[in-house]
Amino acid sequence: MEIMKPAVAGTLESCDCQVTVEPGDGEIDFTLKSSVMNQYGNQIRKVVLETLESLEIGSIKISIVDKGALDCTIKARVEGAVYRAVGQTQHLPWGGVIRP
Amino acid sequence: MINAVGREIPEEILEMTGKEVFHGNNYFDGYVFKKSGPSTKCVINSNGSKVIESIHEALIKCEIKDGMTLGFHHHFRDGDYIVNMVMKEVHKLGIKDITICASSLGKAHDPLVEYIEDGTITNIQSSGVRGRIGEAISKGKLKGLAIMRSHGGRVRAIETGEVHLDISFIGAPTCDDYGNCRGIGGKSNCGVLSYSMVDGDYADKVVAVTDCLVTFPNFPAHISMTKVDYVVVVDAIGDPEKIASGAAKPTKDMRKLMMADYCTRFVINTPYFKNGFSYQTGVGGASIASTISLAKIMKERGIRMRFGVGGLTKPMCDLLINDQVDALLDTQDFDLAAVESVKDLRHFRISAGQYASPFNKGALVNKLDFVILATLEVDVHFNCNVVVGSDGMITGAQGGHPDTAAGAKCTIVITPLLQGRIPAVCSEVTTVTTPGESVDVVITDYGIAINPLREDLITCMKDVDLPFKTIEELRDIAYGIAGEPQKVEFGERIVGIIESRDGTIMDVVRQIKPFTFSDSDKLR
Amino acid sequence: MNPDKKRLRRTMLFLNAQKPGLIKDPYIYAPDSLMLDLEDAVAENQKDTARFSLYHALKNIDYRGCERVVRINGLDTPFWQEDIRCAVAAGCDAIRIPKTESAGDVKRVEMAVTEAEREFSIPRGKVLIMAAIESARGVMRVMEICESSERLFGIALSGGDYTKDLHTHITGTGIELMGARQNMVIAARATGIQCFDTVYTDLDNMEGFRQDVETIHLMGFDGKSIINPRQINIVHEIFTPSEKEIVFSEKVIREVDRKRTEGIGVFTVDGKMIDIAFYDGAKRTIELAKASGVYKGDL
Repeated sequence: MEIMKPAVAGTLESCDCQVTVEPGDGEIDFTLKSSVMNQYGNQIRKVVLETLESLEIGSIKISIVDKGALDCTIKARVEGAVYRAVGQTQHLPWGGVIRP
Repeated sequence: MINAVGREIPEEILEMTGKEVFHGNNYFDGYVFKKSGPSTKCVINSNGSKVIESIHEALIKCEIKDGMTLGFHHHFRDGDYIVNMVMKEVHKLGIKDITICASSLGKAHDPLVEYIEDGTITNIQSSGVRGRIGEAISKGKLKGLAIMRSHGGRVRAIETGEVHLDISFIGAPTCDDYGNCRGIGGKSNCGVLSYSMVDGDYADKVVAVTDCLVTFPNFPAHISMTKVDYVVVVDAIGDPEKIASGAAKPTKDMRKLMMADYCTRFVINTPYFKNGFSYQTGVGGASIASTISLAKIMKERGIRMRFGVGGLTKPMCDLLINDQVDALLDTQDFDLAAVESVKDLRHFRISAGQYASPFNKGALVNKLDFVILATLEVDVHFNCNVVVGSDGMITGAQGGHPDTAAGAKCTIVITPLLQGRIPAVCSEVTTVTTPGESVDVVITDYGIAINPLREDLITCMKDVDLPFKTIEELRDIAYGIAGEPQKVEFGERIVGIIESRDGTIMDVVRQIKPFTFSDSDKLR
Repeated sequence: MNPDKKRLRRTMLFLNAQKPGLIKDPYIYAPDSLMLDLEDAVAENQKDTARFSLYHALKNIDYRGCERVVRINGLDTPFWQEDIRCAVAAGCDAIRIPKTESAGDVKRVEMAVTEAEREFSIPRGKVLIMAAIESARGVMRVMEICESSERLFGIALSGGDYTKDLHTHITGTGIELMGARQNMVIAARATGIQCFDTVYTDLDNMEGFRQDVETIHLMGFDGKSIINPRQINIVHEIFTPSEKEIVFSEKVIREVDRKRTEGIGVFTVDGKMIDIAFYDGAKRTIELAKASGVYKGDL
């Protein structure tokens, strides 16, 4: 998939995270701010990269402000932002490239 | 050297401090020592008043110099003006290398960071620190070693002479011109002055600072004129709003109510819950809710409490008003209801030493049946951490946690299993502040674990319908939900020590290390 | 028949499917069912992201035995079909249809659910349906709604919208809900499905809530929609059979079983005339007692 326009998903409430995506320069430009950086920073990055890989996105600017979200929330917000950025809200590939 | 809670205490720290590693709660039982008295400047030919012009003048008269140790109390909590006010004058005089020995420091003291950075303050000894001071220490900005000691531990350190207080400042809500201080009255009413009583007894110089000068004699005095060198009158010693506010509304958060319900049901099924029991609780939402629901059951069953200890809040004082307890023993007041209750003749002021010191002929904590506490983390060995955040940053205070936990027959720690994403029940706490041998029960929203050392409690809970689990099961549930947290990486430098209440070393705190991703090259 | 159709549903806790803090562990309060809401709780411009949140929550979080019902958006919106695809793909237990007014509404949802089950290789008939009645028209057609689908396990009253439609409002006395409640519970019983009462929104009036639950319990409702975990224990307490009821039901079951082999149809238990008609009720009481954790017998 190709990110065509910027999009945001998620909130800054506790247990949530806010994901902002923008068109990339041919690579994954990842930034993370997290209230649990020391304990889960690597894990969050792993989840984000896996999610992008599943969505077949290789070029993106993605920045995340995390307030202690669980992995399933992080995944949901990344996908939420990506599908907003590509403008798709119907006939989503549940269980396909969107998978746990 | 490995101590009794399995923590490696580096030799260099043992050498530098001359301390031993923690050997267990009762290692010093029966220990004999001689108390270390202060030097006293006699006042015989006085002009009838000890009132002087300013903090500045007090510092000059007390002969402030580099390297001195200054004592402070924390009864004004986040509303305290005294520490900043004094340190500003110390700084103006160009004095360096000061040791602050406070019963606690909080967010009110953020401005001290500047003085830490410029070397005015090089050592801090406190129950704990929060806010920017905690960050500054964790980032290695303090030249010396921060020492975190419990309320009982502070009294012990002063009485044994391990710390010598050169000048102590006592913020006094009311004071007369001869130095009789009371915690009651005035606009910065905090109720009691328990934590500064040891300062009155052991500091070479004692300066009372008040914003409400009253006519002599300000009796009955909480700190006597016989211990006070000078009196300074200032505009304000604190922010009343932040010293004691209206009682917190009882929580409506079901998670906390559920934990409170578990706690109450546990308490009433122990053999200690009978007429004449004693009880202390913290100020967390769940602890307060526990007190409220316990009061209800005491009424239903006609059971009376002999004494309650605190750190007091409205629900504890309500027990007195409703005649469900014989006496309250008070070291600190957290809300206006508690401050007001101090006037009750069955509400007794006690010193920090009476309350919690392990080095006297027996403190109150030893007579406690129950204490209900909170924690930042508790591990599968039941060790608790109340000082260092799970991210490695110093952010809390020992308070009376290790003292009451060691003393009480039944120590209950309440915490939600997950604090945000962070598992509160974990394999190993970041830093040990209260040893597992002191902690009997851990209550979470996911279940209750009894310390296997307490076979008696396990037996008496056999037929009780509560969600009992092992502490390892609780940890596994937490890790199952949040994922196992990565261990925080620290730098090499040791920035602080967690002192056990008996003065041995429970743990060390290392400098924080900025986070970096484990394999940054993986990004395409 | 899907064996879950008749499961115990005393409490159905409403949760905004878009709020990670709410949906991460509501099972600790042990409601019988969770109602993950994509409809009213979710703002119009968050409908898309709420589905991702729902999907991954259902896929990843172990809700420890709580039934997972998803409230989809109304059939008059552009959202409901994708809501169903998402919920079914994620493995939800049931779909709640808002604003149901006819058997046709249920049938439309049934078709979409069947199609989603096929698309996502889920055994046909696994996902159940419940219908919320929120209008006078819905109440007047409640029989046809109850009989509209084999998947339909129950109907629920939604009092806020219903009272508006009736030109009244929630008063706290229950007067305004009387007709709907009676009609619905009778229709549900007549068709062998379950019936659930509306939410009680005044969280500061726990006594009023208790009275409300006692009323609907006596009326024959199976359970109640709730909006805060604090309400759960009260409902479960009221729906828990008393010791006396349990003992009596045990006797009825044992006696009926014994007398049946002896060929006797009518007899007495504790001085009361009993026949086979009491049997199902007694069984229900024992099941309820077991579910409430108060049954210590061996039936």
